[in-house]
Amino acid sequence: MSIDTDRTISVTVNGVPRDATVPVRLLLSDALRHEFGLTGTHVGCEHGVCGSCTVLVDGQPTRSCLVLAVQVDGHEVTTVEGLSRSDHQGGQVLHPIQEAFRECHALQCGFCTPGFLTTLAAGLDARDPAVEITEEEVDELVGGNLCRCTGYANIKKACRHAAAAMREEATR
Amino acid sequence: MTTKLFGEPVRRREDARLITGQGRYLDDIGSSAHAAAFVRSPYAHARIVDIDVSAAMDVEGLLAVYTYEDLVGPMAEPLPVLIPHPQLTHPRTGYPLARDVVHHVGEAVVMVVATDRYVAEDAVGRIEVSYEELPVVVGVDAAREAVHAVHDDVPDNVAARHHQETGDVEPALAASPHVLSFTQYFERSAAMPMEGKGVHARWDDDDSSLRVYTSTQASTSVRAAIAAKLQLSLEKVEVIAPDVGGGFGVKIVHPWPEELLVPMAARMLGHEVKWSEDRREHFISSAHERQQRQEVTIGYDDDGRITALDVHVWHDNGAYTPYGIIVPIVTATQLVGPYVIPVYRVQVESLFTNTVIVTPYRGAGRPQGCFAMERAMDRIAQERGLDRAEVRERNLIQADQFPYDHHLTFQDGRPVIYDSGDYVGLMAKLKALVHWDSFEARRAEAAARGKHLGIGMAMYVEGTGPGPYEGGHVQVLGSGKVLVSTGLTSQGQGHETVFAQLVASELGVPMEDVEVVTGDTRRFGYAVGTFASRAAVMSGNAVALAARGVKEKALRIAAEVLEVDPADLEIDEGLVQVKGTPGASIPLRTVAVLSNPLRYAFDEAAKQATQFAGPGDDSKPPVAAGDAPGLEHTDYYSPVRSTFASGAHAAVVEIDPLTWEIDVVDYAVVHDCGNVVNPMIVEGQVHGGVAQGVGGALYERMAYDRDGQLLNASFMDFLMPYASEVPDVVIDHQETASPLNPLGLKGAGEAGVIPGSAAIASAIEDAVGRRIAAMPISPTELYDLVRSDADQVTNSHPGVLA
Repeated sequence: MSIDTDRTISVTVNGVPRDATVPVRLLLSDALRHEFGLTGTHVGCEHGVCGSCTVLVDGQPTRSCLVLAVQVDGHEVTTVEGLSRSDHQGGQVLHPIQEAFRECHALQCGFCTPGFLTTLAAGLDARDPAVEITEEEVDELVGGNLCRCTGYANIKKACRHAAAAMREEATR
Repeated sequence: MTTKLFGEPVRRREDARLITGQGRYLDDIGSSAHAAAFVRSPYAHARIVDIDVSAAMDVEGLLAVYTYEDLVGPMAEPLPVLIPHPQLTHPRTGYPLARDVVHHVGEAVVMVVATDRYVAEDAVGRIEVSYEELPVVVGVDAAREAVHAVHDDVPDNVAARHHQETGDVEPALAASPHVLSFTQYFERSAAMPMEGKGVHARWDDDDSSLRVYTSTQASTSVRAAIAAKLQLSLEKVEVIAPDVGGGFGVKIVHPWPEELLVPMAARMLGHEVKWSEDRREHFISSAHERQQRQEVTIGYDDDGRITALDVHVWHDNGAYTPYGIIVPIVTATQLVGPYVIPVYRVQVESLFTNTVIVTPYRGAGRPQGCFAMERAMDRIAQERGLDRAEVRERNLIQADQFPYDHHLTFQDGRPVIYDSGDYVGLMAKLKALVHWDSFEARRAEAAARGKHLGIGMAMYVEGTGPGPYEGGHVQVLGSGKVLVSTGLTSQGQGHETVFAQLVASELGVPMEDVEVVTGDTRRFGYAVGTFASRAAVMSGNAVALAARGVKEKALRIAAEVLEVDPADLEIDEGLVQVKGTPGASIPLRTVAVLSNPLRYAFDEAAKQATQFAGPGDDSKPPVAAGDAPGLEHTDYYSPVRSTFASGAHAAVVEIDPLTWEIDVVDYAVVHDCGNVVNPMIVEGQVHGGVAQGVGGALYERMAYDRDGQLLNASFMDFLMPYASEVPDVVIDHQETASPLNPLGLKGAGEAGVIPGSAAIASAIEDAVGRRIAAMPISPTELYDLVRSDADQVTNSHPGVLA
C-alpha cells in the first residue's frame, strides 16, 4: 500500500475519539475489526445484503461493508460493543434488546446477531417507548437482516419483549 | 435440593459473550496474521495451460505464491476420500491446488499470501492463468446421458451404484391391485451459514508445532488430516474450532484445501497465516446439496395400503466425492419414513457433474427421500379418492411394532431398526394442531376473498446420533469449578449450556460451577464430529457417563472421610452429605483436593491434602493400585446403532391468482426427539430448520447455466428467507424415549428442514389441483403449471437454468 493512498481520519467509536491512518479503500467493516480491534461487527456477504455488519453511523443503521472508513471521518460510529451503557457503579447495563435476545433465545450461532442488535436498538430507541409496538413495526425492524439459524421467530419475540421492557421503563 | 435442570428451558450461557460482540469467530483471531487469497478457476471444466505469476511479483506486500508445483509429499496427492464404500467404485477427489485439469468453477488454482487481504487480492488479480476449455456436464440428466465425461476415466459419469432391496419387488408390484409411477426432481440448495469457512495457522519454530483454528464441524479429524498431509507427528498439531458462525453440514467436510494450505504456508513462512472465505468463494467452492431425479413406482391395494415400492434415484454428486455416497444412502434408507413397506427396492446412481461438490446440508438426503415417499402418499390418496391423512394412517408402523426392522443398511453401516416411536400419536397431534378436519371451511372463506388456499402434510423418520462414538471428560477442581470437555464441535446449538445442564444434573452441582469446552483437541483428542443430529445423543450421553464416574469416585473418597457407606451419600449443590443427616457433609471441592495426595501446599486448600495434614493409613500407598490422583473421569458413549427421531409437519398455503405468489400462512410441527434436555433449544432448532425447509421449497436454488457458471452466487441473487418469508410455526412435542442410550435422547438438529418441500408441495397441489413434479417452485413456474394443459409439469429444466 503506497502512502499517498492513506488518509488520517478522526472518528468517535463507541463514544471514544479515535484517530487512524487508513488506506482510502479500506472498508469501514475492516477498519472497525482490524484497525480498532472491534471484532463484534461481522461480515457475512460483503455486498450489503445480509446486514451482519450493520453499525450505527451518527445513530443511523449503516452497512459497514458498503462504507469506506474515510467516509466516517468526523462522524460517530456505534458498534455492538457500544450498545451497553455504564451504570455509574463501574458495571455495564445491556441495552434492552440485548437482554431480550438472551431471554428469548433469539440467537444460535450468534454471527448475524450484532447486526440485528444494532439495527433493532436504533429502531427501538427512535420510537416513542410509551406506545405499544405493533406487529407491523416488528416486521419492519426485523425484516432487513438475514439469519440462517433461528427462523426469526425468537428475534421477533425479542423485539416485542424489548419494546415492552422499554415501555414499562418509560411509563413507570 | 439442586434445581431441576434436565428438561428445563435453561437460558444459554453462550449468549453473554455473543450479544456484546465478545465472541471469537475465526476471522476475529490473529490480528497480525498474513492473509491468504486464492485464484480460482473461472471455467467449469478446463485444462490449465499456463500460470503466469510475473505481474503479481511487483505487488508491494506480496509474500508468497503457491501452485500445484509447490506441493510436496502427501500434499501433492489427491485429497482423501473420507468415507469409502465398496459401491463407490469410482471415487474422485481434487488436489489442494488444481493439477492440470479443473472440474468446477471455483476450484483453487493458486494461493497467494500477502501482508493483508487487500494486497493478497491485488496479487490474485494480476496472476494470469490460461486454460483450454473442455466440454461441461451440468445437471443429472446431462450426467446420465454422458455425452461428455466429467472425469476422462469415468466415461459414464457414474461414481457409484448403490442398491438395497428387502424382497423381490417386481413380482410384488405385478401382484399389486394398483400401481402408479412418477418422475420428479429436487433442486440444489446449500447450507449457507452466515459465517463462511476460515482457517488460521500458527507455526512455532522453537517447538516445531502447529496450532490451527478452523471453522469446522470436525476438529479432531482435521488435526489428523493436517498431521498426515504435512508429515507432522499428531502431538505436534493442535486444532481448535472457535466460535463457529453456523455449519449446517458444509463444515463437516474436511480437510478443505485451505485447511491444509494455510498451515503449510504458516510453516514455510514462519508466520501466522489466515484465510477467511468471502461469500462468493463460499458459493463456488464450498459444498451444495439436494439435486436428484427420482423415479417412483408404488403398488397399493384398494384401501391405499402399500404393497411394494421401487425407487430409482439419480443423484448429482458434483465434481468430486470426498464425502463418499452418504447423501444418497441417506435418501435411499430414510425414504421409507414411518410406513410399513412390505417390499422395497432402491437403486441409486451417484453422478459426476462439473459443479461444486455435493455433501450433507442439514437433512442430508432426507428431504429428497421424504419428498419421494410423501408425494407417493398424496398420489395414492388422489387415485383412491381418500383423505391424505387417512392413507398415511393406514400405512403407519404401529406403536407395538417397535423395534421395527426395515432390513436396510443405514449410512453408518448399521441396520435401520427403529428403536421407538409413536407415529399414530404424531398424526393425531398434527391433525389437531392444524385443524385438518375442519379445513374446508377455511378454504371456502379464502375462496370468497379470491384466494386459493391449500393444506398439505408430510411425515418423516430421521436416523440420528450415529456412532462410532463420542467421549467426555469431567474434572472437579479444588476451587469447586467443574471442567467438562468433549471433542465434538459447536456451531450455535447451545452445547455449552446443554452439556452443563447434564453434568450439573448428574453430579449435583450448581450449573454456574460447570464450564464446557467443545471442539478443542488440546482438551479432548478423540471425537468424530457434529453432524447427523448427533451432538446431544453422543456427547450428551458421554459427558453424563463421565459425570457419573466422577460422582462414584467422589462418594468413595467422601465415604472414607465421613466414615460412612458411599450408598448413604448424595451430592447436592456441590455438597457431599449423608442422606437425611444434615451437618454430616463435606464440600465436593474438598473431596477434589483430597483426591490428589500432595507433598507441596501450593495454596491454602492444598494444605489439606499434604502428607502431614492428618492421620492416614500408612499401611497403604497414598494412591491405591488401579486408582489415579484427581477427581476426574473420562468416558465414552458408543451406540450399537442410530436412534430414530420422527415428526409430522403440515403447511397451509395461500396463493394469489393474480401474482401466483405462494404464501405459507400456517406451519405446524409435531416433533419427537425422545427425552428433551432443553425445550427452548429444541424449539429453536425446529424454527431454524423450518425456515430452511421453506427456503428450499420456494426460494433457494443454485442457478447453473450450461457452461457450469453459477449465476446467482451472491445473497442478492440466491434467495434465502428473510423474516418476511418465514411463517409462524406452532409446535407440539411428543417424547418417546430412546431405549438405546442412558439418557433416552434422540437428535433434534435437522428435523425441522426434512419435510418442508414435501408438505408445501402437497399444500400447493391441494390449492391449485395440479401435480408438482419438482421443488422448489417459483410463482412463475406455478403460473406456467396452472395455465398449461398437462396435468404435470416439471417446473424448470432441472439443474440448468439458462
